[in-house]
Amino acid sequence: MNLKGKKALILGIANKHSIAYGIAKSLKEQGVELAISYAGGALAKRVIPIAEELGVEMIYECDLSKDYDIKNMISLISEVWDGIDFIVHSVAFAPSSDLNIPFHHTSRHGFLTAMDISVYSLLAIAREAEMLLHPGSSIITLSYYGAQKVVPNYGVMGIAKAALEATVRYLAYSMGEKGIRVNVISAGPIRTLSSSAIGGISQMQRRIEKSAPLSRNIEQEDIAKTALYLLSDLSSGVTGDIIFVDAGISIMAY
Amino acid sequence: MDIEAKVKQIVMDKLGVEEAQIVPEANFIEDLRADSLDTVELVMAFEDEFGLTIPDEDQDKLRTVGQAIDYLKGKLG
Repeated sequence: MNLKGKKALILGIANKHSIAYGIAKSLKEQGVELAISYAGGALAKRVIPIAEELGVEMIYECDLSKDYDIKNMISLISEVWDGIDFIVHSVAFAPSSDLNIPFHHTSRHGFLTAMDISVYSLLAIAREAEMLLHPGSSIITLSYYGAQKVVPNYGVMGIAKAALEATVRYLAYSMGEKGIRVNVISAGPIRTLSSSAIGGISQMQRRIEKSAPLSRNIEQEDIAKTALYLLSDLSSGVTGDIIFVDAGISIMAY
Repeated sequence: MDIEAKVKQIVMDKLGVEEAQIVPEANFIEDLRADSLDTVELVMAFEDEFGLTIPDEDQDKLRTVGQAIDYLKGKLG
């Protein structure tokens, strides 16, 4: 695979356990140039050293709930790059007070925040970056099976991921005319900063080891390899699709 | 390196504190100024270093340096 000189915008690196970090590292190994954005605050001290390690100079603080922040970032990127080949959106958030509670107790604020940061941000970044995208550009985002079936503790994030998967289909349709592809990876549970906010992940992982067809949990690298496929020309005919990278657990009834 | 030394090294790296501050009674949040993301990262770093899983229900047991060392010694001993 020759991706040398391609340009990727990566949203959602928090630390080295992040799915987005695994994807960024793989892209870097393929010669892709990277730009990284982070939400600010507590993440700066984590993401800046990672950007240095990856040799990334294009690093932007960007609050994805603010359209002007996104516009500003895209405008800064356009001063350096004349196009974007890949966008990796690996971003989700819900207030901790709206997680690990009975689902019907979810607050309006928590619901809207989860939808804003985890779903609308994909649409917003696609829209603002459109002027830099071109036929062959590919966008991916990350989901989880809790979008389709009930996962205890996942609560409002399940609703947000369901909306995200639908957003991918509608984006694939509306951007398809320009030859831009949009796909989603539904990853099995993996220990990250975000997933640590959802209770019970270690028990789930123990169950998966016993019952998944591959008898194991997935790793960062499993997701990164599918990401390379979906971003690159290898998947040129694939858009609006969802690929499960979950060691097969989602095919099992019990 | 023994468990105690490894824990101290991880706490120093993750929280950017001096070795002298890492005493058994030091509370990660109150004394060593860990934010909520730091505490999650500490647990993940312990898991990586010692090759074990720390279940969610146990994470509240690791509030101080001493508690973390005792917990890990108990798991590995």
